[in-house]
Amino acid sequence: MIQLVWLIPLLPLIGAIINGVAGSRMGKKAVGLVACLSMAAAFLISVSIFFSLIALPEEARSIEVGVFNWITSGSFQIDISFLVDPLSTLMILVVTGVGFLIHVYSAGYMHHDKSYWRYFSYLNLFVFFMLMLVLGSNYLVMFLGWEGVGLCSYLLIGFWYEKKSASDAGKKAFVVNRIGDFGFILGLFLLFWTLSSHGIHSLSYKTVFASVHELDPKVVTAIAALLFVGAIGKSAQFPLYVWLPDAMEGPTPVSALIHAATMVTAGVYMVARNNALYSMAPEVGQVVASIGIFTALFAASIGLVQDDIKKVLAYSTVSQLGYMFAAVGLGAYVAGVFHLMTHAFFKGLLFLGSGSVIHAMSGEQDMKKMGGLHRHLKTTSITFTIGALAIAGIPPLSGFWSKDEILWEAFSKGHLVIWAVGLLTAFMTAFYMFRQVFLTFSGECRADEHTKHHIHESPAIMTVPLMILAFLAIVGGVVGIPFFEGGSKLHHFLSPVLSHGSHAAAAVEGAGEAVAEAHSSLEFILMGVSVGAGVLGIFLAGLMYFPPLKSFAPSFWTAENMAGTFSPLHKLLYNKYYVDEIYDAVIVNPIKRLCGWCLSFDLGVIDGIVNSAAWITRFISWVSHKFDIYVVDGLVNSMATLVNFNSSIWRRMQTGYLQNYAFIFVLGVLIVLVRVLLG
Amino acid sequence: MIENAIHFPILTILILLPVLGGVIIAFIPRESKDAIRSAALGVTMVEFLLSIILLFYFDSSTYKMQFVEKAPWIPGIGVDYFLGMDGISLVLILLTTLLGIVSVLISWTAIEERVKEYMIYLLILETGMVGVFVALDMVLFFLFWEIGLVPMYFLIGVWGGPRKLYANIKFFLYTLFGSVFMLVGILALYYAHGNATGEYTFNLLKLYEVTYPFNLQWWVFIAFFLSFAIKVPVFPFHTWLPDAHVEAPTAGSVILAGVLLKMGTYGFLRFNLPLLAEASHAFTPYILALSVIGIVYGSFLAMAQNDIKKLVAYSSVSHLGAVMAGIFAMNQQGIDGGVIQMINHGISTGGLFLIIGMIYERRHTRLIGDFGGIAKVMPLYSVFVMIIVFSSIGLPGTNGFVGEILILMGLFKASPLASILAATGVILGAAYMLWMYQRVIFGKIKHHENAELKDLNAREFLTLLPIIALILWIGVYPKHFFKLTSASTAHIVEMVKKNQAKQQPAVGHASVEAKAKLVKAEGESR
Repeated sequence: MIQLVWLIPLLPLIGAIINGVAGSRMGKKAVGLVACLSMAAAFLISVSIFFSLIALPEEARSIEVGVFNWITSGSFQIDISFLVDPLSTLMILVVTGVGFLIHVYSAGYMHHDKSYWRYFSYLNLFVFFMLMLVLGSNYLVMFLGWEGVGLCSYLLIGFWYEKKSASDAGKKAFVVNRIGDFGFILGLFLLFWTLSSHGIHSLSYKTVFASVHELDPKVVTAIAALLFVGAIGKSAQFPLYVWLPDAMEGPTPVSALIHAATMVTAGVYMVARNNALYSMAPEVGQVVASIGIFTALFAASIGLVQDDIKKVLAYSTVSQLGYMFAAVGLGAYVAGVFHLMTHAFFKGLLFLGSGSVIHAMSGEQDMKKMGGLHRHLKTTSITFTIGALAIAGIPPLSGFWSKDEILWEAFSKGHLVIWAVGLLTAFMTAFYMFRQVFLTFSGECRADEHTKHHIHESPAIMTVPLMILAFLAIVGGVVGIPFFEGGSKLHHFLSPVLSHGSHAAAAVEGAGEAVAEAHSSLEFILMGVSVGAGVLGIFLAGLMYFPPLKSFAPSFWTAENMAGTFSPLHKLLYNKYYVDEIYDAVIVNPIKRLCGWCLSFDLGVIDGIVNSAAWITRFISWVSHKFDIYVVDGLVNSMATLVNFNSSIWRRMQTGYLQNYAFIFVLGVLIVLVRVLLG
Repeated sequence: MIENAIHFPILTILILLPVLGGVIIAFIPRESKDAIRSAALGVTMVEFLLSIILLFYFDSSTYKMQFVEKAPWIPGIGVDYFLGMDGISLVLILLTTLLGIVSVLISWTAIEERVKEYMIYLLILETGMVGVFVALDMVLFFLFWEIGLVPMYFLIGVWGGPRKLYANIKFFLYTLFGSVFMLVGILALYYAHGNATGEYTFNLLKLYEVTYPFNLQWWVFIAFFLSFAIKVPVFPFHTWLPDAHVEAPTAGSVILAGVLLKMGTYGFLRFNLPLLAEASHAFTPYILALSVIGIVYGSFLAMAQNDIKKLVAYSSVSHLGAVMAGIFAMNQQGIDGGVIQMINHGISTGGLFLIIGMIYERRHTRLIGDFGGIAKVMPLYSVFVMIIVFSSIGLPGTNGFVGEILILMGLFKASPLASILAATGVILGAAYMLWMYQRVIFGKIKHHENAELKDLNAREFLTLLPIIALILWIGVYPKHFFKLTSASTAHIVEMVKKNQAKQQPAVGHASVEAKAKLVKAEGESR
């Protein structure tokens, strides 16, 4: 079964090609069927690969499946090949599973769109690249997927290309991602040449990780840092997060799939995959964790005051990704990947839920114009609230387990600042999520009459995926609960790959009991603290935005009052710290000006030199022309004049009169005679 | 040198066929334009098929020259009619003959005046280009180099845009200026070789056998550099290129970008590196600097353009800077990347000029501001543009990536700083290309002239199809192409390394030799 792993990415690719080439003539039903079936098949194969994998003994759970040789140049040889191991298997399960649900949901959501086929072609193509990213067994295949998902993100953000804001956002996403990729490829080069100098000519994970310990730790630090630059771009961390909020211009299911559940987690996956490198570079780990936790707080603070239902979720995604980086930066790879997985469930759910709301509201995204939707959208409302509870870290939902594990890791490793900031962020997360829930679903509807009239619950094709995701958001944490006998199942499963995380290492050594014991006392207290933060956040949000609770709130605790009292802060947050404006002023506009200067320089100076060379040549030729006329030709002509002059003198002698000739003749004879006689 | 494997002067036929086709076309009455076009198409297609035949008989395991033809031409001074090719020539010939077909197709309706002369010039041009890539005698090379110039002069001068006279004179004189230096360089080598061995010859393979004194190398390098750098064009010799492109008819631009520029980089690979290895090493830092400036500076200029064709012309400066950087990285990855990127640039930039030509034929403007919303009226066209644009940006899965990654990789080994600076081109390229794409293809239709544009017709579709196919083919499975060139590129690397070892016998002699051996071993293992 595992040998058939290449089918998993191939199926969505085939779907993309079929829909891309023939979709416009196939009819919507067929298009949707092709797309969803290819995903379903990929998911089923992923599941069976999962079972084949766990049937293997633990140490054999890493299988490379080569497909073909891609690029060969001298010692540089890269194959298209896949690596099936616990980490990649978990990732393909998430990507194809959540991906499948979102495909089904999209079939309903996009039903009225003219370019239905184009949408599904892009969506399938995205899944293909994402699967290449997580399945690739070497860095270049990962990079192929890495850039490919960037392409699909570009295409899908700009899907409604007639809107300038949409095509702007797509372009921004691609270019900002490229800035990260710039670091990533330099990291690859450094890695390859460093290994080459040790006689190892390979970029496949197995070889690299086996030999990375022989390398100079300084170089490894540089490599890890450069690779992380790529992760900053792809996973929307500070300072390259700016593209993700704008990416909400795309259709909402796209935001769910790409900009929440899968693509943006690629950076976390990359760091976890490279745990062998990052474990050798603790300084970089510190940087990763610091950037992560800073981004978590920073984005959450922006999320507090946004009014656009999708923007809130976007900043929340940036914030949650920050948690994941805090975890992997601290070496808690399993915790990071665990949160990646649960986040895929509840954030996918939240985005799809917001899509259902937007669908019902005829495209309205401003929460100020919503309210009271619970009455009309029961399923959406309940599932959305489940998602919100999960992200707020309320037990026993999935988000609680994974977020708590990250906080516990930070605390137990002695990073108290990270723990405290994480806790504060957890409180803010609970607040803004329930602000959103209350603004959207409770109270009176603030929409105009026309919109109100159209409000309706989405069809089953959209609500069933919501229900499934809600179920996963509730129970998805089970695999990572640390209290069962033998410790967390997820740790056990992932430990062969992520063995450099100390926590996981403990699990491998069969220290399940010790772990459970360590969890017993202190962690329960910390759990209580973080649950308390979440509950407090929800409660405060309720006092401010939930009508039944509002009456209990102290008079200063209203949204208007707070915005008024802290007006400068509110303005700063509302305008997202003016980061986009600062980038425009400091980077984008100077570059545009520089381009203008370059153009003037090119036309004025460089081409000026060429043209003046031409002019100088023409001037010289003009001078030589004149020289030719006046000097050279002048000389010739003056010769002629001279001769002419001479001849005019001598001509006088040739008068043609006989008497003159006779006279000269006589004269000559006389002279000769005198000469002879006297001599 | 290997004897001609098929005992048939196929290279001569390849050179002569287009000219013969031109002669035939000369007898077709000028009124029957379609007959003229069909004849030209037929000739280019036969030419292409002939070049495909080469593939079947080509031995990719050796760097040695194949399909060799040799006959004394001017025996008194050692000039031969000497043809042959290796893998690098082969891929460039395939590119030339393919673009030959494409340029006839793209001119089908775009050229209505003097069709007969136009097609004849196109065919003569093809003769010159093929000749350059197979000539192994320096005089013969020079001859073909100059032959290429003349039809191009007429193509721009007669069928060009409003500023064609200025652009044309600039292009012609600039290139001619460079080639004078090349002639001097060739003569210098001729005499140096003659003085050293007693045999006065222009035979390139024989010229290879002598290591010239460094002083002479230095001067000859400068002479060749001037000639090739203008052709490539290397910064700061690039200003003729945008003017020539903007004024040239579409087919002219396609051939100019696709093939003529490659004659410059081919020259560096064929002459400077193997003949003047020591001087090449000495000049490497400067050339890398110019190349990297070209990459970044060309991108900045491209971003500042509002004429699509100029934008693409400046992007060529940037891309050719990358090719130069790869070649002068002087290692296997860099040169492999440089060679494949020569092909890639021919395909993707050729493709970009094709799509610009198609939209120009419909709208008679190339200003970015005159478009917007094209995706709505020309969806198929927009998809093709997108694929070509992403190839130009170097997205993995397209040909551009394969070349770019190898160039940057090789360059990183030669000079990490240069590689870092060159890699910024990856960001800038995405910025200017996607910005252009957005303004032309996306958005709402702002100008009513654009509302009724027709999507691609069958001929245009067929013109673009091979471009798209090659973009994906080289992107996904470049091995077919590397297989053709790797023996030749490995040999160039080896020749450069060997001479470097000679130059510095004291320092690190053993390691250099070991490296050379390694390269050799790699070559053999392949």
